[in-house]
Amino acid sequence: MADHPLSHRTETVRDARRPPRAAPAIEFAGVHKWYGAFHVLRDIRLAVHPGERVVVCGPSGSGKSTLIRCVNRLEEHQKGAIRVHGVELSASSREIDRVRREVGMVFQQFNLFPHLTVLQNCALAPVWAEGVKRREAEDRAHALLAKVKIADQAHKYPSELSGGQQQRVAIARALCMNPKIMLFDEPTSALDPEMVKEVLDTMTALASEGMTMIVVTHEMGFARRVADKVVFMDNGEVVEAGDPEEFFTAPRHERARQFLSRLLH
Amino acid sequence: MTILLEDARLAPPKAERWRAAAADLFSSPVNAVVTVVVAGLIAAALWRFARWAVVDAAWSGGAETCRQRSGACWPFVASNAQLMVFGVYPQDLLWRPAVSLALMAGVIAASMIPRLWSATLALAWGLVPAAVCILLSGTFFGRPVSTNEWGGLPLTLLVWMIAFAGAFVVAIPLALARRSNMGGLRTAAIIVIELVRGVPMLVALYVSRFIVPMTAPGLEINLFVSVETALILFVASYLAEIVRAGLQALPRGQTEAANALGLGYWRTTQLILLPQALRAVIPALVNLGIGVLLSTPLVAVIGMTDFLSAVREAASHEQDWPGCYTTAYFVAGLVFFSICFIASRYSRWLERRLRAAGHG
Repeated sequence: MADHPLSHRTETVRDARRPPRAAPAIEFAGVHKWYGAFHVLRDIRLAVHPGERVVVCGPSGSGKSTLIRCVNRLEEHQKGAIRVHGVELSASSREIDRVRREVGMVFQQFNLFPHLTVLQNCALAPVWAEGVKRREAEDRAHALLAKVKIADQAHKYPSELSGGQQQRVAIARALCMNPKIMLFDEPTSALDPEMVKEVLDTMTALASEGMTMIVVTHEMGFARRVADKVVFMDNGEVVEAGDPEEFFTAPRHERARQFLSRLLH
Repeated sequence: MTILLEDARLAPPKAERWRAAAADLFSSPVNAVVTVVVAGLIAAALWRFARWAVVDAAWSGGAETCRQRSGACWPFVASNAQLMVFGVYPQDLLWRPAVSLALMAGVIAASMIPRLWSATLALAWGLVPAAVCILLSGTFFGRPVSTNEWGGLPLTLLVWMIAFAGAFVVAIPLALARRSNMGGLRTAAIIVIELVRGVPMLVALYVSRFIVPMTAPGLEINLFVSVETALILFVASYLAEIVRAGLQALPRGQTEAANALGLGYWRTTQLILLPQALRAVIPALVNLGIGVLLSTPLVAVIGMTDFLSAVREAASHEQDWPGCYTTAYFVAGLVFFSICFIASRYSRWLERRLRAAGHG
């Protein structure tokens, strides 16, 4: 691990770690969600503080994607409260759109807009959701595309890029809205193995800048390196939430132990 | 799969394919007999047509020559071209329908070039029919010409363009309403779409021309307005279903990504969903366009002199040009066929192109 190109960055990540503050960036207070009769989230209590990096893991169907999709209300919860920067999510579409502008999301399937170029993908929301001038939005897009190291692809269409490149565009697109929080929903699960690293590197860089992040992923190496907190979910419940070292070396719950041993084999 | 692709790439040369086809046609005694009989029938039909169109046809002279010949009467076409193309529009103002025809043909031709697809072109589809209406009616300038005197090919194209452009304006809200999660709105859209799709176009025309004016005493509706109202609604109900299919086919992730970026319903629909949905259904749109164009002669039944009526009108001067109906209808058929043949070839080319471009 010592000669790994990321190792120095890992240190920065650790250094940037801040003590938890009073007002959480995201707070789940007794959140329940049902799909019909299926109880997909059970009494979720969780606080994510500004600058904190949380990795959510767990077996498939455990509700981890649903959990983060509730934060920007791609899914509605039925009971309890979710507060983003102190604002409780309600049915008010104006409130929701405000929260969404502050919360960026990256999807498993990238979900780039195939009829728009990379640059247009990035500049679209600043222009139409934020009201920024086109020139300014494009400058911002160019800067962020450079940051995710695909400045030279700006005028291509998504279908002309590799999976890893597409996912980095998706990250840049979300960053173009200057979000305070970033949600990642299995960002590397749809990628060919050789492209996983470039996306994880981009996310690590972002983490080192102090972005508040919730990442649903099976990349336990990433979790160990970057996370401040690991949340283990099973069957709609948060089974365990705490320090990554502790979680990986000495998980307290049987279900977590089983999950980890299955991942290693 | 790979093997199939290889086969397609290594398609045999033309001569070989002919030989293979010929072998198939005579592969058994029965097949050979069928081939010979069918070939004979085709040859006989072609010969009869050639006699009518060339050998027995009158190529010059006037009505007198036509009376003596049993074939097509081409001089009739030459001397009635103006009536057939422009209908009963005042003779001294024919530049107006001529310019109209050129304008509309220009917009349609431009619409066939994908590189030119833009908001400006969409605007042209609204502005050009309006300009043509002003031009034909003489509003704001020159001598007014009532819609009853409009006719011929410019009228057919105008009726078609307004029906199609207007249908878009109606169909998109209808398609969105049908997908809406507001129950009342959805039900209303379904009722409108199914009701209008449930009647033949002819009935829609009759209702608009004869039933609607009865709902309010003294209500006078211009014939042209009646026709367009009926056609717009009729085409819109089909178009709405095509647009809905296009929207339905989009992955949910597109909406989610747009929403997650803070784009609301309208912006998402306008910027993300509709552009992709419409592009995906272009072949279906072209098909619908052809269907509507071929249905336009129906407007004649409520008294509009469209292209086909103008042709019939020209042929109906029995004392001048006796028995020229066949020739006249042949020409009308040829015009419709040419337009639709080009459109369908274009549609196939476009489909291939969109598929090759990867975002179709």
